[in-house]
Amino acid sequence: MRLYADNARCSGCSACLAACSYHLFGQITTKRAALRVIPHFPVPGGYTVQVCTQCGECAAGCPTDAIVQNDLGAYHVVPELCTLCMACVDACPEGVVFFREDVPHTWECDLCGECIQVCGMDVLRLAE
Amino acid sequence: MSGYVGKLLRVDLTTGRMTTEPIPAAVIRDYLGGRGLGAFLLFTEVPAGADPLGPENKVFFSTGPLSGTLFPGACKMDVAAKSPLNSGYGSSSIGGKLAAELKFAGFDAIVVEGMSREPVYLLVQDDHVELRDAGHLWGRGAMTTEQMLKEELGEEMQIATIGPAGENLVRYACIHHDVGRQAGRCGIGAVMGSKRLKAIAVYGTGSVSVADPAAFLEVSRQAFQAVKSAETHEQWVREGTTKTTEWVNGTGTLPTYNFQAGAFEQAPSLYADVARSYVVSDKGCYCCPSPCGKYTYAPRYDLHIEGPDYETVGMLGPNVGLDDWQALVKANWLCDELGLDTISAGATISWAMECQAKGLLDASLTDGLDLSWGSAEAIWTLLERIGHRDGWLGNLLAEGSKRAAEELGQGSIAWAIQHKGMEQSAYETHSATAMLLSYMTCDIGGHHGRAWAIWNDISMGRDKVSPEKVDKVIELQHIRPLFDCLGCCRFLWVELRLSFDQYVAALQAVTGVKRSYEDLMHISERAWNLTRLYWMREIPEFGAAFDAPPPRFVSEPATYGPTAGVFTPRASMEIMLADYYQKRGWDANGLPTHQTLDRLGLLELSPWR
Ligand code: SF4
Repeated sequence: MRLYADNARCSGCSACLAACSYHLFGQITTKRAALRVIPHFPVPGGYTVQVCTQCGECAAGCPTDAIVQNDLGAYHVVPELCTLCMACVDACPEGVVFFREDVPHTWECDLCGECIQVCGMDVLRLAE
Repeated sequence: MSGYVGKLLRVDLTTGRMTTEPIPAAVIRDYLGGRGLGAFLLFTEVPAGADPLGPENKVFFSTGPLSGTLFPGACKMDVAAKSPLNSGYGSSSIGGKLAAELKFAGFDAIVVEGMSREPVYLLVQDDHVELRDAGHLWGRGAMTTEQMLKEELGEEMQIATIGPAGENLVRYACIHHDVGRQAGRCGIGAVMGSKRLKAIAVYGTGSVSVADPAAFLEVSRQAFQAVKSAETHEQWVREGTTKTTEWVNGTGTLPTYNFQAGAFEQAPSLYADVARSYVVSDKGCYCCPSPCGKYTYAPRYDLHIEGPDYETVGMLGPNVGLDDWQALVKANWLCDELGLDTISAGATISWAMECQAKGLLDASLTDGLDLSWGSAEAIWTLLERIGHRDGWLGNLLAEGSKRAAEELGQGSIAWAIQHKGMEQSAYETHSATAMLLSYMTCDIGGHHGRAWAIWNDISMGRDKVSPEKVDKVIELQHIRPLFDCLGCCRFLWVELRLSFDQYVAALQAVTGVKRSYEDLMHISERAWNLTRLYWMREIPEFGAAFDAPPPRFVSEPATYGPTAGVFTPRASMEIMLADYYQKRGWDANGLPTHQTLDRLGLLELSPWR
């Protein structure tokens, strides 16, 4: 199972980012999400949503085996094992393994589906 | 208290000093935030009689307790100042992502005071705040400036900026943000311009705190679900506010030819289906599941804009006689880039067009420009001249319709369709007594945002003079500004039928403090009366005369459409206004009584009484 995004429907409201950050870190912000919304203004307009495809490249590249699959099959980072070596960040072809100065580990989508709940435009869905 | 940061950023442009201050708990208790906070700060901080374009005026950017939370439409910020357009209370709401970003950066509000010698912009990056040289941005369009700053500072930076109109002190200059969101009304862009503050750029990595996460998650989920499954969701997302155009044309409330008529023969060429055919993408504010922004491309002029929204359609379409969608897009683009409020710009241009039609503006005064109804060329040229204060006519119209009419004289004030100096927005009121009362009593002038009572006119009998209508106007004037206090978009309540109870529940979950609906309405009534006190303080002769209707609606019949031949008897409005004053606890001259001020806890703010 993985997340899919229908870019053409996205209105850029960032609710998915806030819901994701809230789920992963318990913080309402747009800066701790595990997906990305990229605006294209002024020309041509519209947004691209970058989501994890669960390709597993991150896990393959991690030297400490910190990236494992959860019961939904999502690759996710075990904070205690992460050394912030950035191998996963470099390995990710979609640019959706995230890090921040003030977080002691990288993180990615765990397929919780919270983003889908708050998207008013039905951009996001989970499917095989 | 959770939900709030509890801090404001004060920026003194004269000295360059920047300080962080706590916001007193009692102010939050009594005014909630957003519009309430802005009104309180304006009243208590800006000295009586301050020149709106002088160093004593201030600009207050205030978020609310729900701004930036994970609640549908929690995106709004109130921008307040003494208005250079109406010379009294100025307040305008702005959506997009600025309010949320400011809370993430760790501030509830920004107060900008003083006056810079050189053009500057304010950078807020969490607790790093800095005034930077804006010499390279001065003179640039608002959309261009936003783009330049994003290229300089990063795409995630949220920018609020003025265009040339704000720099040139056009009295209805707006503040632009997020491609196509504006704090449009009251000319606060000119206040920024007078301070030589070109822009504000905000980026924050913090978050908004929530007192009861479990309860909040539940009410938030329910609210998102309710909006998404609302019956009106599909049409609203497809058409946004342009869904209104057909309805107002059908009911004879679409301002046409400077409010001479309530319907426009060519209106169908501006209806929602036409608008939609030019849309490239939907575009929403922070956390909005029902985006009304329609990002549009006009191939004939190779122009992109967000909009036009209904108000712009009405004011720069039928009200100036324009019937071409792409030409309207270009007019909207010019307003956005120049940084002009489309409503006041449209109404001021329609006033000028009527002046020419009546023989008051001949070619020598217009530099040869033909101001015939519906001339796209004339509209675009006037917008450019206004934004740059170019020539005699550009300067005249940059003052707004009331001042322009006072200057031109010859009875032209009779067709300056404005209230308290601010142009009436896009509802025609020859036969809509509740809406006309709403405009007459609105605390910033001719604006629909406080009480959109036009629907009640149509459902209750449009020419009816009834106590129920007065009750409705007052109720709306309390409920709707509450969204501006909370920091939420009211469309989700109006159009997507989100129940107010959900806001009450969300507020409690976020702040941890239980506030009833009645309590919130009381706060809103306090804010309403405080703005009335502000008018009284700034204008010594303020009173009922300032609530009079534009003569057109009570003396000249509408010329076309369902209301053709009809106007509202002046006596009808006098009866409704007297009833309104009485119900508000104001005296016959429209001033709050001692008892009313006492009941609302406002006595200590009214030392002159
Ligand atoms: S309805 Fe429109 S104005 Fe309101 S939050 Fe949504 S996009 Fe913004």
